[in-house]
Amino acid sequence: MQRVIEFLLGLTFGLGLLISGMTDPGKVQGFLDLAGAWDPSLAFVMGGGVLVGLLGFGVAKKKIISFSGALFHWPKVTQIDRPLVLGSLMFGMGWGLAGFCPGPALVTMASGNDKALVFVLAMLVGMVLFDRFKKRDN
Amino acid sequence: MHIDWLHFTPVSSLLGGILLGIAAGALFLNSGRILGITGILEGLLTPTPEDSPWRLTFLLGLLASPLVAKLILPADLLHAPHIDANWAMVIVAGLLVGFGTRWGGGCTSGHGICGLSRLSVRSLVATLSFMGTGFVTVFVIRHLL
Repeated sequence: MQRVIEFLLGLTFGLGLLISGMTDPGKVQGFLDLAGAWDPSLAFVMGGGVLVGLLGFGVAKKKIISFSGALFHWPKVTQIDRPLVLGSLMFGMGWGLAGFCPGPALVTMASGNDKALVFVLAMLVGMVLFDRFKKRDN
Repeated sequence: MHIDWLHFTPVSSLLGGILLGIAAGALFLNSGRILGITGILEGLLTPTPEDSPWRLTFLLGLLASPLVAKLILPADLLHAPHIDANWAMVIVAGLLVGFGTRWGGGCTSGHGICGLSRLSVRSLVATLSFMGTGFVTVFVIRHLL
C-alpha cells in the first residue's frame, strides 16, 4: 500500500510540473529573463506550492509520527555555510543555462526528449563527481 | 522590464504549483520524507533494502507522469519543451546542476518548495542564491552574448 501511495505522489508531482510549465525550459528562462519579456508564471508555481506546503508541514509539526508510522525525517542541518551558498549559486548557473532543474529534467526525459536525457546523464555525473571530491577532502 | 503577456499562464501555473504542494505535503505527512528530487536521487547512490523502495516507487511515478498526462489531460494544458541550449550547453548545465545541488544540499523542490514551506532560513538562502545566479546567467546568455 505504501508503495502505491508513493507512486501516486510521484505521479502527482510530475503532473504538477507538467501543468505548471516547469518542464518547458523556454518558460523557465522566460521567468529568469528580467531584462527581456518577463513571464512571471513561475512565481505562481512557487506561490501555489508553498501555500499548500505551509499547510502540510504545519500539520506535521503538530504530529509525532507520520500516517505510515514512519518517523518524520525533519532536516537537521540549519546552519548557513559556504557549501550551501556556493553549491546553490552553482546550481542556479546550470538552471539558467539550460532551463532545467532536476525534477523537470527527469519528467522531460521520460517524455522522450533527447536533450533532457543528456542533461540528466550529465547531472548524474555531476552528482557522482561531487561525492568523489568530498571523499578526497575527508 | 516588461511583462510577456503572451506566455503568461497564471491559472495553469498556480494549479500546477498547488499539485506540487499537495505532493510535497502528503509525502511528508504520510511517509515522513522531504520531497526533494536531489535528496531522493542522492539516497539511491548508496542503496539499502529499507531506504531505497520509497525512492524508487516515487521516481517511477514521476517518470510515468508524461504518459499519464497524455492520456488524461487536455493537450492545451501541456507545454511542449522549448530548449534553446545547444548540446554543449546542455552538458555543462547538467554537470553544474548535479554538482551544485549535491553541494548545496537541495534543489528547487527540496529547498524551494519544502524548505520554504517549513520556514527554513537555510532553504531561503539557498533559494535566493540559485535564483540569483539563474537571473544573472539568463541575462548573460540572452543579452550580453
